[in-house]
Amino acid sequence: MRHIISVLLENESGALSRVAGLFSARGYNIELLTVGPTQDPSLSRMTIVTSGSDEIVEQILKQLNKLIEVVKVLLLTEKEHVERELLLVKVMAQGAMRDEIIRLTEIFRGHIVDVTETCYTVEVTGDGEKIKAFLRTLPTADIQEVVRTGVAAIARGETTWRLP
Amino acid sequence: MELTGAQIVVQALIQEGVIDIFGYPGGAVLDLYDALDQQDAIRHVLVRHEQGAVHAADGYARASGRTGVALVTSGPGVTNAVTGIATAYMDSIPLVVLSGQVPTRVIGSDAFQEVDAVGITRPCVKHNFLVKDVAELAVTIKKAFHIAGSGRPGPVLVDIPKDVSQAKRRFVYPKEIELRSYRPVTRGHPGQIRRALQLMLTARRPVLYTGGGVILDRAAAELTELARLLGFPVTNTLMGLGGFPGTDPLFLGMLGMHGTYEANMAMHEADVVVAIGARFDDRVVGNVSKFCPRAKIIHMDIDPASISKTVKVDVPIVGSVKLVLSDMLTLLHQSGRRPDGEALAAWWAAIEGWRSADCLRYDRHSAVIKPQQVIEQLYQLSNGEAIVTSDVGQHQMWAAQFYKFDRPNRWINSGGLGTMGFGLPAAIGAKLACPDDQVICVTGEASIIMCIQELSTALQYQVPITVVNLNNRYMGMVRQWQEFFYAKRYAMSYMAALPDFVKLAESFGHVGFQVKEPEQLRATLEQALAMRDRLVFVDVLTDPTENVYPMIPTGAGHNEMILV
Ligand SMILES: Cc1ncc(C[n+]2csc(CCOP(=O)(O)OP(=O)(O)O)c2C)c(N)n1
Repeated sequence: MRHIISVLLENESGALSRVAGLFSARGYNIELLTVGPTQDPSLSRMTIVTSGSDEIVEQILKQLNKLIEVVKVLLLTEKEHVERELLLVKVMAQGAMRDEIIRLTEIFRGHIVDVTETCYTVEVTGDGEKIKAFLRTLPTADIQEVVRTGVAAIARGETTWRLP
Repeated sequence: MELTGAQIVVQALIQEGVIDIFGYPGGAVLDLYDALDQQDAIRHVLVRHEQGAVHAADGYARASGRTGVALVTSGPGVTNAVTGIATAYMDSIPLVVLSGQVPTRVIGSDAFQEVDAVGITRPCVKHNFLVKDVAELAVTIKKAFHIAGSGRPGPVLVDIPKDVSQAKRRFVYPKEIELRSYRPVTRGHPGQIRRALQLMLTARRPVLYTGGGVILDRAAAELTELARLLGFPVTNTLMGLGGFPGTDPLFLGMLGMHGTYEANMAMHEADVVVAIGARFDDRVVGNVSKFCPRAKIIHMDIDPASISKTVKVDVPIVGSVKLVLSDMLTLLHQSGRRPDGEALAAWWAAIEGWRSADCLRYDRHSAVIKPQQVIEQLYQLSNGEAIVTSDVGQHQMWAAQFYKFDRPNRWINSGGLGTMGFGLPAAIGAKLACPDDQVICVTGEASIIMCIQELSTALQYQVPITVVNLNNRYMGMVRQWQEFFYAKRYAMSYMAALPDFVKLAESFGHVGFQVKEPEQLRATLEQALAMRDRLVFVDVLTDPTENVYPMIPTGAGHNEMILV
C-alpha cells in the first residue's frame, strides 16, 4: 500500500541524511521525498511517499519517531488530505503541435513557462495520477526532459499540525 | 573567565561526574589531552587500540551502570572505534564517545586524517553531533550524556574539530536539558498494565521472558519480587542473565538457540509469555512462525520500535520496565489476587519433567578437559560472585550456561553484535569500575588475539583480572557449524600457528599458566584466582571436539532442539 508520511524535524544539518539512512539501512522504500522550511524557521517538514504492508509502515513510523531530531510524525494517508506534485516538462513543439500542446496544457490547468522556436516548457501541478495522465497525452518521442518534485501534502479541514 | 574548548570538554565531563575515561591520543585531540593533563579529577586510561578504548568504556558502563566515556582522534582513531561503538549500540549501552576532527575550515577537503565521523557512525549510534562552534560545545556534551543515558540507552558520538577545542568561550554548563524532539515515555499506560495483569492472573502456563532491559533499567529487584509473588517460571536472554537470580528454583536458564531444554519447551507450551525488556532477537525466537504457538504475548519495553517488530504482541506496554513492574506489584498488593495454584502446580510438573532431561550434561570423567567443567569450577571457586566478561563463540555460550549469575551487572558480553575481541578490554573496564570485585575474562584462543594488545594497558594500570582461555585450537563455534551443517569440512576454522600463551602473558609482564590435565585444573584455577594483585592468564587446553548443546538449528522451533 502507498503511504504518505509527514515528518516535522529540527532544521539541522544532517537530519535529512539520518532519515535517508534509516530507510536504506532498514530496507524501506522511499518513492518520493520532499523537504522544505515551515512557518517556524527552526523546523523543516519532510513528506515521504513510501509503500509497504501495515506492519512495515508501523515500523517506519516508530523508527522515524526514534530519531532524536524528529519532532512529530503523521501518517497522512490515514486522514483526508490534499496532495500535490509539480511537473516541469520540456517538450518539442513544432507545427501543429504548438497549438495542441497549449490546448492540452489548458485542459490540465498548467502553464507554459518557457517558449523557444522548437519547444515549450510546461508546468503542471496535481496529484501523481494527474501528472501521469498529462505526460501520457504528450507524444513520447517529443518529451525532451521531465523534472518532478516529490509530494507536498496537508490534512484537510481546520486541524493544523504544528508545535504549540 | 574564558576557557578553551578543550578545557570546556574537561569541565563538562567533571560536571557529569565522570571519573574515568579511556582513550588514545592523536593530532586532532592534542588540545584535549593537554587539558586532561592539567587536572586530576578525571583519570585517563591509555589503551593500545581505539577498539579497546570503546570496549573498555563499555565494560565500565555495564559493570557500574554509569555512562562510559571514550576519547579518540580523527580519521583512523574514529574508524578503529567503530566496532566498539556498534557493539555498544546493539546492546543499548550508554556511552559518550568524543572524537577529534580536522579544523572546521578544512572539513570536506580530504585533509590529513579526515574522515566523516558523523557519517560513518550514523547507523550505529543513538545520536551523534559535529560541533562547529565553541558556543555549542558545553550544551552539546550535556545533550550527549542526556541522550546516551535516558530512554533506551546507547552510544552518542561528539565530533570536535581541532579549532573548536582551541577556541575560547566562557564556560556555562546547563543543569537540565529539555529536547522537544526527544522525550522518552517512562510510565506505562495504566490500562495496559491492568490488561496485562489480568492475563497473567488467569494464565495456566505462564513464562516470564526477560532481557537486558531489566539490567539497564535496574529492575532486577522488581522482577524478582514479581516472579516470586506469582510463582512464575523465569527465563533470561543472553543479555538478561543476572536480572533474576540464576540459583533460584524459578529460574529455567537461558532460552534461545543455546538455551536450556526446559526454557525453550516452556516457551513453546506457554499460554502467556511476558516479555520484559527483551526484544525478540532472532537468536531467541528462531523461526517466527513456530514461536510460542499457543501463547498470548505481553511485551514491556522502553522502546516502542521494539514492540511488534518481529513478533506480533497482544498487550504492548511502552515504558520503563522498572516502573511498569512496580506498578504491577502495587496492583497485586492492593488486590491480593494470585494466579490459579492448581494450574501452576501442573505447569511446574511439566517443567520439572523437561528439567530432568538434564540438557547441560557432559562427560565429567573425560580424559581431556571439558570446557563446561572449567566454567563450573570458576563458578565454584569465585563463589558465584565474580564479574565475568566473555568473547564470542562456544566459550561465551558455556559461560552463559554454566556460571549462575545471581546479580545484575555481573555478566558482560557482546550479545547483539557478537564482537570477538570484546572480552579483555571489557574486563579491564569492569575492573576499573569495580576494583573490589573479582573479574574473570572467559575467552577463546581466536577471540583473545583480536584485542590482545590490551594486556599492555592492564599492566600499566595494574588491573588484576583473571583471563581464562578455553583453548580448543579451533574457532570452536565456526567448527561446530561446519560439523553440523557443512559435512565436517572445516574451512579455515583451525587455529594454526598459535602463540605460547604463557610466554605471551609473561612478555606483557603478567603471570601465565597452562593446564592440560583434568587433574590439574582445579588447583591451577584456584592458584590463579587467589592472585588478586596480578593479571593471570590461564591457558586451558580443552577438548577440541566439544559442541554447545542444546542447539536450535536455523529455521526450527523451540521444541526442535538438538540435544546432546
Ligand atoms: C570480529 C569477529 N569476526 C568473526 C566472528 C565470527 N565468529 C563467531 S565465533 C568465532 C570463533 C571464535 O573462536 P574462539 O574465540 O576460539 O572461541 P570458541 O568458539 O572456540 O570458544 C568466529 C570466527 C565474530 N563473531 N567476530
